[in-house]
Amino acid sequence: MKTALYRLLAMLVILVPITSSAADEAISTNTLEELRQLRLRTEALERKVSEAAPAAPTAPVMTLARAGNAYMNISFDVLADAGWSSTPDVNTIQPGGHDPSQRGFSIPNAELALDGAVDPYLKGFANIVFKMDTDEETQLELEEAYALSSSLPVGLQVKAGRFFAEFGRQNNQHPHAWSFVDQPLILNRMFGEDGLRQNGARLSWLAPTENYTEFMLGVFNGQGEDAYSFRYTGAAGTDGVDRVYGHATTARNLNGVGDFLFVPRLASSFEMTDAQTLVLGASAALGPNDTGENTRTLIYGVDAFWKWKPSNAEAGWPFVTWQTEVLGRNFEAGEDSAAGLPAETLQDWGLYSQVQWGFIRRWVLGLRGEYVTGNKSASEDATTERGTDERISPNITWYPTEFSKLRLQYNHEWREYAENGDAVWVQLEFMLGAHAAHKF
Amino acid sequence: MKKNIIISQTILMLTVVLTLAASSPAKLNVVATTADFGAIARELGDDLVIVSILAKPTEDAHFVDAKPSYIVKLAHADVLIEGGAELEMGWLPPLIDGARNSKIELGRPGRVRCAESLALLEVPTTLDRSMGDIHALGNPHFMTDPVNARLAAERIGAVFATVDQQNAVTYRERLAAFTKRLDEKLAVWQKQFEPFKDRQVVAYHNSWPYFANRFGIKIDLFLEPKPGIPPTPAHLADMVTRMKAERIEVILVEPYQNRKTAEKVSAETGAVIVDFAQYPGGVKGAEGGYIELMGYLVNTLVTALKNSETSKEQKK
Repeated sequence: MKTALYRLLAMLVILVPITSSAADEAISTNTLEELRQLRLRTEALERKVSEAAPAAPTAPVMTLARAGNAYMNISFDVLADAGWSSTPDVNTIQPGGHDPSQRGFSIPNAELALDGAVDPYLKGFANIVFKMDTDEETQLELEEAYALSSSLPVGLQVKAGRFFAEFGRQNNQHPHAWSFVDQPLILNRMFGEDGLRQNGARLSWLAPTENYTEFMLGVFNGQGEDAYSFRYTGAAGTDGVDRVYGHATTARNLNGVGDFLFVPRLASSFEMTDAQTLVLGASAALGPNDTGENTRTLIYGVDAFWKWKPSNAEAGWPFVTWQTEVLGRNFEAGEDSAAGLPAETLQDWGLYSQVQWGFIRRWVLGLRGEYVTGNKSASEDATTERGTDERISPNITWYPTEFSKLRLQYNHEWREYAENGDAVWVQLEFMLGAHAAHKF
Repeated sequence: MKKNIIISQTILMLTVVLTLAASSPAKLNVVATTADFGAIARELGDDLVIVSILAKPTEDAHFVDAKPSYIVKLAHADVLIEGGAELEMGWLPPLIDGARNSKIELGRPGRVRCAESLALLEVPTTLDRSMGDIHALGNPHFMTDPVNARLAAERIGAVFATVDQQNAVTYRERLAAFTKRLDEKLAVWQKQFEPFKDRQVVAYHNSWPYFANRFGIKIDLFLEPKPGIPPTPAHLADMVTRMKAERIEVILVEPYQNRKTAEKVSAETGAVIVDFAQYPGGVKGAEGGYIELMGYLVNTLVTALKNSETSKEQKK
């Protein structure tokens, strides 16, 4: 029975191409004739049309397939700062890596951004940064390079490569997306001059709830200057010993799962009205630091972002946004007997809160207040480095289009262990190429 | 032994629950970026779909905030309907990345890019932003031409029939009814515009070339000096002179555009401001579906043209 069925199938398989090829021949002669007729008719019609409407200026018509054929988006974004500060040592009051770095002119960030679909499963992103130091030497940095999964089941998503950790709101924003010329002090104190940015992977889960809730867990090496509060050996002092907050450091390797840096985050959003949205988040970063064999650091933070924009806004104006982040840190510093320092826990916390008011199309007024503080340490360096500082920064920004902006900002900083600082900065941004879409 | 019974009972219950959940007739979750697509989706889907619209009908679709709640909507979507001609490029991509929904990936039947099934106007020969905010793929406001809306509806109907095959016949019937109604209306609308052939109208932004082409009028003068660039005093003065010289008597303004600017021009030229909207619900009187919106637009503009001085003189 079965064999008969197979035979029948086999015959069919053989027969079908034979019969169809025979049919093909018959069709092809017919088709050719039909095609010829059609061509003649088309030509006749075309002649008629061109006679009826001589040289009518028609708008160029193109299909999407021909126009949109780039495999990736490329953009180049430049920030150029100019200004003056009360101290020539600009870095002492502008500690951020993309802050203005000197009196006069500086280029704190010129960024080449690439993105696109890798294949049906991955999207790729890269940010290559050209950063000019105070000698006007250009440093090149692979700031971010990562792949993002397109659509894993059950709301999961994986990011892998090198990228800014999703801690709080501003840490993973690029400088052109900031509302101020400089980074908040508390982010510099916790994450160093460049933010928390590492090689690693992140898993995210979008909860199947009515309102937006996303849980993320990042796992990173947690080493080097871009993991400032973690496995970072610090800079060598006059005695040639590497120190962080006065405590001598030894580079620790990854010796187990516990040596990785873990960054969990939970974010949720609420539509208060059609015109108002609130996003709340809580983040943490846990990992070892290099001041001892078993010393660890914990950074935790909460953040809020609220935006009001009426539903008949013109080109995005008017609007009001409010953004606040509060961060705290427990840094276990190991015993340093050579320097006479006991094991101690350095505790820091701080916050910034900023309001942006787009009062009339193209114009935005901003105000930011900041506070950072740390407990007293056995090390004098650690105490003065982590004093209580406050800063207030009003600014005004003019956006000719979404591809450029001009910003004027004033900073006044009260510092516990150093002279107060003042600075005035003008910032120009211009962007070439594809404009990356705005995240909320 | 007892344990085994409990386990097997649990498995049985779970199976029953899951089967019930899977077999219950679920409605198709449809997300539309703008209210014009949303209205057509509602027309064709009616009781078989749940339609969420992202941009508000009064909102400028170039500048929508990528709210996280939209990520949730897209995560649950069976079908996403977008223009796809760069109108949504400033906010849709990160939402789609966030939604991680394979049903609405590019190339899947659930991703409907309406611009793909039609030819766009004003495709720039060179890409140069000194010319203002121009779109590489052409003018994205194509739904203001009912013929394009018909093509979009055909596309949407076909996708509904593919994704929800059980109800394919119903979708096809509704599509046929919709296109029939639209075609009949279009003939009426074109007739309404006949007396005003080649009449010039000013718009705030270049959103109406498709509408103008279809109805044989001209809407190629704008209060904006270049697309996306706010009106300057010099350009407005130019426009006032031109409008007076060429007897242009109508200004089209959309809900999110600066009406005060138009009012100034209106005061100096005597031109009438007509409140226009690309999306159903964008202006009072244009609520309901796509056909109701287009009917409103045609009627208000035809009325304004009828009442213009030019028309009155022609009658004499």
